[in-house]
Amino acid sequence: MVNKEGRQGLTLISPTLLYALLMLAAPLAMVVTFSFWTQDYLEVNTTLTLNNYREAWSQPLYRVLIARSLSISLIVTFVTVILAFPIAYYLSFKVTRRKSLWLFLITVPFWTSYLLRVFLWKVILGYNGVLNTAFLELGFITEPLTFLLYNANAVVLTLAHAWAPFAILPIFVALEKIDRSLLEAAEDLGDGPLRRFFRITLPLAMPGVIAAILIVMIPTVGDFITPKLVGGTDGLMIANMIQIQFGKANNAPLGAALAVTSMVIVAAISIVIFLTGKRLGGRVK
Amino acid sequence: MSVKRNKPIIELNKVTKSFGTFQALKGVDATIFEGEFFSLLGPSGCGKTTLLRMIAGFEEATSGTIVIGGKLMTGIPANKRPTNMVFQSYAIFPHLSVGDNVGYGLKTRKLPKAEIAAEVEKALKMVDLGGFSDRAAHELSGGQRQRVALARALVMRPKVILLDEPLSALDKKLRDQMQVELRNLQRSIGITFILVTHDQEEALIMSDRIAVMFEGEIAQLASPEELYRHPVSHRVASFIGVMNFLKATTTVADDQEITLNIPSLGTVSVPASYMPAGMDADTVKTIGIRPEMLTILFDDADKSTCRVEGTVTSTMYYGDMTYYSVKLSDHDDDVTISMRNTAGRSIVPAGGLVQVGWGVESIVLFK
Repeated sequence: MVNKEGRQGLTLISPTLLYALLMLAAPLAMVVTFSFWTQDYLEVNTTLTLNNYREAWSQPLYRVLIARSLSISLIVTFVTVILAFPIAYYLSFKVTRRKSLWLFLITVPFWTSYLLRVFLWKVILGYNGVLNTAFLELGFITEPLTFLLYNANAVVLTLAHAWAPFAILPIFVALEKIDRSLLEAAEDLGDGPLRRFFRITLPLAMPGVIAAILIVMIPTVGDFITPKLVGGTDGLMIANMIQIQFGKANNAPLGAALAVTSMVIVAAISIVIFLTGKRLGGRVK
Repeated sequence: MSVKRNKPIIELNKVTKSFGTFQALKGVDATIFEGEFFSLLGPSGCGKTTLLRMIAGFEEATSGTIVIGGKLMTGIPANKRPTNMVFQSYAIFPHLSVGDNVGYGLKTRKLPKAEIAAEVEKALKMVDLGGFSDRAAHELSGGQRQRVALARALVMRPKVILLDEPLSALDKKLRDQMQVELRNLQRSIGITFILVTHDQEEALIMSDRIAVMFEGEIAQLASPEELYRHPVSHRVASFIGVMNFLKATTTVADDQEITLNIPSLGTVSVPASYMPAGMDADTVKTIGIRPEMLTILFDDADKSTCRVEGTVTSTMYYGDMTYYSVKLSDHDDDVTISMRNTAGRSIVPAGGLVQVGWGVESIVLFK
C-alpha cells in the first residue's frame, strides 16, 4: 500500500533512481558478470568460471598491487584526516565571523580540474621542479633531489592534498553540531581543555571523522590518475592494473575480477571502520 | 521568618561586564550566604545569566571582584572553582550513560571506580532516579534530564550550585512539582543554590532572598515577602505580581503621620514608618495597592471597612478566583481586584456598581 504522499515521493525520486540504476547498478552488474567469464582472444567465452579469481588471488603481482593500494590509501586517509581535523576545529570553534567565506576558500582548489592539480604537483616535485630549483638556489643541495617524484610518497602527498576538503567538511559539520554548553559542562565538572577534548569533543565529532575516513579512503584505493602521473613504478596501484587489463592486456574478465576483489576488500574495511567508530564515538541523538 | 545569617559564601564587589560597547552589568554588589537559596530575577537581557556565568567562571568580570568561600576568583577558570552549574539545556553528555554523566566530574578527580559508582547511585537516589545509572542519555524525559543535571552537580559537593533557568523547559505541572522538590532538597543538604529565573512566581516560592535585576543593576535585594510587600519602585512592583497604582500627593507630613490626598480614595493618613528609605514626603507621587488587598464588598461586609464606589468594567473568571477591572475615578486607570470565589456568591457583571473595600495597611508609597 502506497499512500498519496508515498506516491509523490516516488515520482520525485524516480528520475534519479532510474539514472542511478542505469549508470551505477547496471555497470556494476556487468562487471560482476564479466568477472566470471573468460577472454578468448577477440571473443568472450560466457561459460561461468572462477579462474579469473584464482588468478587474481594467487598472482603475487596482483597481491602486491592490492596491498600497496590499501596501504597508500590508508596512509593518505590518516594524513588527510589528521591534517583536516585542526582546520575543521579552527573553523568551527575559533572563527566567529565570515565562516562561510572560510568554507568557500576551502573549496577553491576544486575550481581547477583534478588532473591539473596532479600536474601541478609534478611541477613542484619534479627534477627541474619548483622545490629542487629553490633548494639549489638557496644552496641546501648541490644536485636535484630525485626521491621527490615518481614514488609512493608523491602519490600520498598529491592525494592528501586533493582530498583535504572532503575530510574537512564532514568533520566541520560534526563539530558545528556539538552543543557548546556540553563543553562548558565538562569544564564546569573539572576538566581542563585537553581532557575535555578527548572526553567530549572528539567522541562527539567521531561521526564526522568516520565519514571523512570513508570518503577519503574509498575513492583513493581505486585512484589511477595520480599513481600514473606521479607514482613511477613503485607507486603503481591496483586501479592501474585494472585499467591495463581492460585496455592493453585485453583481458576484461580478469580486470573485472580484480575490480570486484578490491571492491569487496574496501567494503569489508569500511564496515570495520564504521563499526569501530560507532563504538569509540558517541551516539549522537 | 528570618534567614539564618551564616558566613558569606559569595561576595560580589562592584562587578561590571561589558561586551563591546554594551554594558551587561553596571556594578553589582551583593553578598550571598552559606546555605542560602538565592535567586537572580529579572526580564531577559537584565544581566542575570551573565552574572551567573561570571560566578561559574565562564566569563571574566570587566572590573570588580568575585570572592567565593573567601578566595578571590579573578583569573581562576571554571574547572578550578568550587561551583557547579545546572545548565538551562541541561547539557547532558549524549554519548555517555546516566551513570557516566553523573560520575563525570568524580572521574576527573581520579576517585576509585567503586567509590564513583557508590557516589553516583547516592546522588541519583537524591533526585529520585535510583537505578537509572545504566540508562542511555537519550532515553530520558525532560524532567529526568533535569534531575540528572542536578545529580551531576550534587555529586561534586560544591560550595555553590548554580542553576540557569533549570525549570523553564518543563511543562507547568512538572515545573510546580520540581520547584517544591528543589527547595526541599536544597534545605536538606544545605548547599547554597543560586537560581537564575525570569519567573517571579518561581523566585517567590523557592528563594530565601531575591535580587531583582533590571538593565545590569540590582533594583532590590530582599526576602520574597519583603519584595512583594515593600517593592522599592514602580518597576519592581509591577514585575513582582500585579500592582495597582493611584495618583497621590502629600498634604501634611510629620514624624508620626503622613496625610495623603488620593483622588480615587480620598484623604488618607498613613504612619510615617511607611515611607521607604531614601524618600521623603514631598516625593510621593503615587501609591500602590495589590489586587488581593482590595475587595468587592457585599451586603454582609463589615461596615467599618474603608470603602469607595466603583464601576465594574470587565471580569475574568479563573475558577477559584475572579479578577475584576474596576473604575474608581477619572483620575486613575482601572484597578484590578482579585476575589476568591465562594459558594453562593455570584460574579458581578460588567457595568455593575460596587463598593470597593481597602485598608490603610496595604498602601505602598512610591515616587
